[in-house]
Formats: sequence, structure tokens, C-alpha cells
Amino acid sequence: MSDALTMAARSIRLSARNIDALITALALPVMLMLCFVYLFGGAIDTGGGYVQYVVPGILVICAGFGAGTTAMSVSGDMSGGIVDRFRSLDVGGTAILAGHVAASMVRNLAASTMVFAVALAIGFRPEATAGGRLAAVAILLAYILAISWIGAAVGLLAKTPEAASGFAFFVSFLPYPSSAFVPVETMPGWLHGFALNQPLTPVIEALRGLLLDQPVGAAPWQALAWCAGIVVAGMAVSAALFRRRVS
Amino acid sequence: MTHAIEARGLMKSYGDVRVLRGVDITVSGGSVFALLGPNGAGKTTTVRILATLLKADAGRARVVGHDVVAERSRVRRSISLTGQYAALDEQQTGIENLRMMARLSGLNRAGARSRTAELLQRFELTEAAGRRVSTYSGGMRRRLDMAASLVAEPSVLFLDEPTTGLDPRSRMDVWTIVTELAGSGVTVFLTTQYLEEADRLADRIALIDGGRIVAEGTAAELKRQAAGERLDLTLADAQAYEQVAARLGPGIARRDPSRLLLGVPTTGKAHDVRALLDAVDPESRLVERFAVHRASLDDVFLALTGHPSAKEPGHV
Repeated sequence: MSDALTMAARSIRLSARNIDALITALALPVMLMLCFVYLFGGAIDTGGGYVQYVVPGILVICAGFGAGTTAMSVSGDMSGGIVDRFRSLDVGGTAILAGHVAASMVRNLAASTMVFAVALAIGFRPEATAGGRLAAVAILLAYILAISWIGAAVGLLAKTPEAASGFAFFVSFLPYPSSAFVPVETMPGWLHGFALNQPLTPVIEALRGLLLDQPVGAAPWQALAWCAGIVVAGMAVSAALFRRRVS
Repeated sequence: MTHAIEARGLMKSYGDVRVLRGVDITVSGGSVFALLGPNGAGKTTTVRILATLLKADAGRARVVGHDVVAERSRVRRSISLTGQYAALDEQQTGIENLRMMARLSGLNRAGARSRTAELLQRFELTEAAGRRVSTYSGGMRRRLDMAASLVAEPSVLFLDEPTTGLDPRSRMDVWTIVTELAGSGVTVFLTTQYLEEADRLADRIALIDGGRIVAEGTAAELKRQAAGERLDLTLADAQAYEQVAARLGPGIARRDPSRLLLGVPTTGKAHDVRALLDAVDPESRLVERFAVHRASLDDVFLALTGHPSAKEPGHV
């Protein structure tokens, strides 16, 4: 555990020094939100102000960028000699990866705070109760944790950091076929099955409902179940990949 | 007594490539041991197995008396590894890198701080301690890397090609550090492609080639074992050079066409020298002069592996 904390401190420090990635992580989601709200939003009818609708989608896409960075930094570690040094100090693979995931959480929290701040400035009005807000934050954290572990697994799978960056590209597309940016009903029928049932939809529905104090039904529980499943699978796959990578 | 390192019959393959074909190694405590061999001979694989980072397909190894597989954690508590590539974070400062390693090795905050300061001073890095590693020279990086591997005060230190790619001055620094460590009782296991390095630093040398130990002993023993002497022949002209080179075939230890010189291993005995001269030059018109020298480790290397060793770093 103390190893994992040391590794987390390391990854956070390295993230803070990777200025390019940091700016991308903080600025990209905000720019994307501004694009959606001011450029596309006028043409999208969601039955209310578009900024009210789109914030959860931006938070989710932002977590995807963050996980992409995680994949790249894990891959970078694996291609250098430092993992051997950690292992010879008897630091386990899980601690090394947990450090990256923890840094990913911190980065994403910073980015999400930024998104919230700008959203509030351009008219986002969460009507949630304190409990609702807390629940929304919990679901967002669960989602960031889940996608970060996938990022770690991808980082172990990729031969080079460049290859790992392809993952960021892929996950940043995942929110589009969901209710993140437009209501699913407006999509072609053959997409409904995927869009309604993919893991991002309950996450987004839960975030939106909780933030706007609307009925959420089972969405928060579905979201948490998805995230928990992904975390468990991500950790197990990462542990196996780590062992394969170092033997 | 138990040896610091004891390996028997280590085998390792990657797919069809047999990297190690039964490596036996014994290193006594407090000594410096060099595993000498060309690129791809299996040096790094051997080190990684002994340092618990890689599992052998067959064979056993004990380090400080503990099995490297079954008692991995206990072995890791007594060893340290400096790999071929610097295991440092470029975007952390020297001091941050060392403190991190110290914390990971189990020291508390205060302990990590004092150990770091001590190592920075010992490796003459105090001034650069606050700078990021990305600004360090190759020699500084190597020193920091070695300092990092000493945070846990290991009793066995593995150094995988510690001077490859370093300039001559930094190489001397590393040599001094290794000598000092050996003096303080640490067992040092190093790999190298450079004979001079093995000759200078090691109490015992094992020659590895094609995944097998082909010779083992002190530098002096190895020199005796392979070929006591080298016979240098100066040929009459370029044509004679080609002709004699063809007759000697793969046994040539030294070639210098510009000086029409060919060297071959010999015992140095008159009888053998005469027989050799008769064999390559029956009509006594090709060889102009000859001289007998003490064999260098280079000759040993060639005699035992069939190919010349890498040149010293200064020459490549």
C-alpha cells in the first residue's frame, strides 16, 4: 500500500511536469464543450438549454482523454528500464499500475473541475440536492477509475507509447453513440441497441439525472455495476498482462 | 560457506531461440565477478534470472543463499540491479528519483532523506541534485543510476554493462565506484563486452558465448588456459599474406593487412613454432619475420569463442 502511494506521488509529479499533456487534458474538454454548446447546440433539440444536456457527456469524454494519457505513461514505463528497477525493489505490478491510475484520477478531477467551472460560467445550472451532487461525483469517480484501469491494460498491451495513444482516439469516440450529445431517439434505428445498452449510457443518464434533479431510475446502479465490473476486469487483465510483459 | 551466487544449468529460450543452454556460475561473497561476452551471448538474460526478474526454463539459482524463484522477495531484499538502460525518471530531479527509490526500498521519510543526501554526496551529484535528470550527461545519469541501486544497501549488486556508451572519463568513474564497493564487502556481478574492463575489475571472469559458459577463472588463468602465447608472422608481400591467411583459416588471432601481419595462438615452444612455420610456409619464402608475444585476453576470447571480442568503447 505504501508502495502504491509512493508510485502515485511519482505519477502525479510526472503528470504535472508533462506540460503538453496537461494542457491538452485541461483545455481539450473545455474547448469541446464550447464547440458543442455554441456551434452544434443550437441545432440540437433536447428540450431545454443544450449546456444543461451536454455537461455529463463532456465529463465522460474528458475521462477518456485522461485514460489515454494513462495508457501512454504505462506504455512508456514498460518500454524503459525503470520497471525492472521497481521490481528489483520488490514493488509489485499492481502498485506500479495503481500509481498510474491514481494519477489519472487526480488529472481527471482537475479537468472535470475545470469543465464544471466553465460550464457554470456559460449557463449550466445544476439543480441537484447535496445528496444528488455527491452521488454524481461518486459515479464520475467510479467511471474515471474504470476507464483508467482499461487505459492501464491498453498501456501494457501496446508495444510503444505511440500505439497506446491510439486508445485515446478510440475511447474518445465511444461517447458519441450514446445519449452524451444527442438523444438516442434521433439516431438511426440500428444504432439504438448499442447506444442504449453500452456502458456509457447509464453513466451519462445517471450523471445528468442526478445533476439536474430529474428521475434517474436504475441508471446510477447500472452505472456503478458497469464500473465495478470494468475495474475488476481491468485490474485482472492488467495483472496478467504485466506478468506476461515482464517474463 | 554459502556462495553469494550459485547457478546450475540455467536454460532459457524465446520461441526457437535458445538464449541460455545450461549456465553454471559460482560467485563467492565480497568478490567482483565479470560475465564477459559479445552481444547476444546471454549476459542480460543471465543477470535478469539471477536478479529474480526473469524465470529460467530450467536450472536453479540461489543468491545470498535463497532460491531466486521460491524465495524471490528475500533475494530482492539483498540485491540491486543497474540495468543496461538508465532506470530513472527523466522528468524527476536527481533528489526526487533517489528519494522515491529509498521510499520503495522501505525507508521512512527521514531515512530516505538522509540516505539520499549521503548518496548524492558520495557520487558527486549534490550540485545537480535539484535538476531534472533530462538535463544530465551520460556519465551523471550512470552515477545517479548506480546511486539509486545502492539506496537499499544491497549485499549483491548486479551491473549490466555498466560502461557501455560512456566516455572514457565516466568509465573510469564507474570503475572507481565498483572497486570501492568491492572494498566495502559488496559482491559485484557485472557483465561486459570489454576485456579490459573484466581484466581491471574482476576477481574472476566467466566467458559466455552462445548461451554457454566457455571458460571461467581469473584473468591470468584464462590467459594461460587458452593460449599462452601468440605468434605474429610478418609476411613477404600481399600475395603471401593472402596465401598464409587462407592456410591458417579461422585460427587467426590478429590480422593487420597494412603491416602484412598475422597472429596465431601458440604454446611458444620451439617445436610448436617450427611445426607451425613449416605448415604455413613449407618453402620458406612467405614468412619474413616472426615474433612471440604473451597472449592478451583478446586472444583468449578468440581462441575460446571463435570470434574476436568487441573493441574498447574508445575505439568504436
